[in-house]
Amino acid sequence: MITESYSYTVAIPLVLFFSFLLIGLAGGKLKPIVSGVFGTFFLLVSTVLSYYTAYSYFFVDGKLNGAYQKLIAYDSLWLTFTDKLQIHMGVLLDPISVVMLVVITTVSLMVHIYSLSYMKDETGFSRYYSFLSLFTFSMLGLVMASNIFQIYIFWELVGLSSYLLIGHYYERPSAVAASKKAFIVTRFADMGFLVGILLLSSFTGTFDFLKLTDPNGSALTQGSAISFLGLSVMTWSLLLIFTGAAGKSAMFPLHIWLPDAMEGPTPVSALIHAATMVVAGVYLVARLFTIYVFAAPDALIFIGYIGTFTSLFAAVIACTQTDIKRVLAFSTISQIGLMMGGLGVSGYAGAEGLGYTASMFHLFTHAMFKALLFLCAGAVIHAVHTNELWEMGGLKKFLPVTNIAFLIGCLAIAGIPPLSGFFSKDEILTAAYEKDKILFYVQFLVAGMTAFYMFRLYFGIFWNKERDYHSKPHEAPFTMLFSLIFLSIAAAVSGFIPFSEFVTPDLKPFESHIHWSIAIPAIAIAVIGVTLASVLYRKDSDLPDKISISLGGLYKAAHRKFYIDEIYMFITKNVIFNYISAPIAWFDRNIIDNTMNGIAAITNFISVKIRGFQSGQLQQYAYVMVSGLIIIVLVALYFMNN
Amino acid sequence: MIDKIGIEQFMILSTLMFFIGVYGFLVRKNLITMLMSVELILNAVNINFVAFNKFYYPQNLQGHFFAMFVIAIAATEVAVAIAIIISLYRKIRTIDVEEVDEMKY
Repeated sequence: MITESYSYTVAIPLVLFFSFLLIGLAGGKLKPIVSGVFGTFFLLVSTVLSYYTAYSYFFVDGKLNGAYQKLIAYDSLWLTFTDKLQIHMGVLLDPISVVMLVVITTVSLMVHIYSLSYMKDETGFSRYYSFLSLFTFSMLGLVMASNIFQIYIFWELVGLSSYLLIGHYYERPSAVAASKKAFIVTRFADMGFLVGILLLSSFTGTFDFLKLTDPNGSALTQGSAISFLGLSVMTWSLLLIFTGAAGKSAMFPLHIWLPDAMEGPTPVSALIHAATMVVAGVYLVARLFTIYVFAAPDALIFIGYIGTFTSLFAAVIACTQTDIKRVLAFSTISQIGLMMGGLGVSGYAGAEGLGYTASMFHLFTHAMFKALLFLCAGAVIHAVHTNELWEMGGLKKFLPVTNIAFLIGCLAIAGIPPLSGFFSKDEILTAAYEKDKILFYVQFLVAGMTAFYMFRLYFGIFWNKERDYHSKPHEAPFTMLFSLIFLSIAAAVSGFIPFSEFVTPDLKPFESHIHWSIAIPAIAIAVIGVTLASVLYRKDSDLPDKISISLGGLYKAAHRKFYIDEIYMFITKNVIFNYISAPIAWFDRNIIDNTMNGIAAITNFISVKIRGFQSGQLQQYAYVMVSGLIIIVLVALYFMNN
Repeated sequence: MIDKIGIEQFMILSTLMFFIGVYGFLVRKNLITMLMSVELILNAVNINFVAFNKFYYPQNLQGHFFAMFVIAIAATEVAVAIAIIISLYRKIRTIDVEEVDEMKY
């Protein structure tokens, strides 16, 4: 449905693009703090517009006959290749895009405010703010995209800005390596995404989301009949699209870039690598959910299993890491795995769509509490100048506010009621329980492990033994605390939002309530996790070391992240370099280059031989000419006489 | 007496002149002498024109006119050639054709 009344939403991303250009071009001339304030101001404008959009969409006029509408707020034809192949640029408003608008602008605004003091003394302050604007612009463009081609463009822009921000400290080799790794891994995944888009659109004949995701439309039935290697073309294209989503959302085995992405400044980790960009994959699957559920339910099952496996895998690794940002990174991977798992078990109509709703709900609450946790980690790192968990401890008396905020974040992610994580995780577990018991038990276990590793972190940082600090740790300045407090409140209360009233796959609200038969065991396992962490890490003891030694190889494998990086290194360095790249390079250098050089050498050789004719001796030319003439005349005479 | 001379004699004369000219053009090293050889070749042609005209088409005058054209062209050609030779001499201080190989590869 096309509507005029929301056309102002175009300004939400464009304001930030303007901000990017302004700060990026004039940044060298402005005082750093001025660019920061500019960036924050423009984002504030965008945030206010987003909130207004959310308010009017959800509470004023988004509904028609009891169901939310998909609104095309803005549409313009961008490229025309043929009559059928046209690419539009537009704004699509539906419940998930509006929710994402709120999530992105909120977290981004908090990060902007927080960075004003966190990044104060860093070089490249203006550059940092211009890239933050670029990132927020691209991410907003991504969620508002009205067609799959537009989403791909912004998808790549998001990847680019992530690359730029991870590599913020570009004089540090590890940051450069991390940014390249992130870019290459996600690009590799995006190759699958692009092939998927082309397949999907060539079989359905449209890029447009409205046509693609219309449950009664013709797009769903086309392509299903054609099969390739036992799966329909639809399934193949959707699996390829999921590859792109898995790359951005760090699903196993494409998760390797996310832990390394922690080389970027901590607020960037909070914004991009915890709250917004990494959920782009979840968002993409949710965006195409109708087509997944009707045209390729097998792909959806695959997504559910991959997501759940990733969440377990990352949770195990998170229990053994000692770099606090890395623990948070793996916890992010684990939580995104849960969201994917939620989507994987969801159905379409009515209360069957609980998994979808739960996934979006968890996306929302996770963005709040994970951004909070990262910003707290930033405040801790700011205070003690290290990332290592065992170089911290006893910080609760130095950083009282951060302590409380971090505790709220941990309780939320662990799923202790009444904090937000409890509600969203309960819905995911319920959805899994109704659809697939295996996934439910794994996710249940993950919930317990989440509580354990988060409280390991909490007790390790704020309790445990006080270390020798070079200077007395001090609480963060007010601008940082403001973000922490705001996000703490959001993380605490956002669970009370009745998400199933707003976000459902078939756009019709349904009633959902807490399933105590699942919630009570979930709370119990969370409490067990917390208690275990408290026993092991609240006081300084050698018990954790003893346990890790007794686990032996398993602990070591988890600590080394199950050697996935090493496997990648082996595959790229040894297998691909030696057996693919090296032969290609050899072929290039020897066969192709030598063919060209050979042709040149032969030409040169012949020219050296024949250039003797060009002697510059006039009489020689005349001699040749005359003798040639005589010969021709003689020959002519001979033939004429016969 | 001139009536006794047949076309054969003219042909022999012009052939001799032509090949003397060609020989001179090919072997003499002095550019001026080579130019003179070219004149011989041209005049051999002139003799042919005039002789054919007289013996085969006495009622026509084209042969004579052509001979005149050739003379005129030869005169201009000499002017150009001498100019070239002078400027060559100014540049490389010789008019020996073997020394002049500026156009070598």
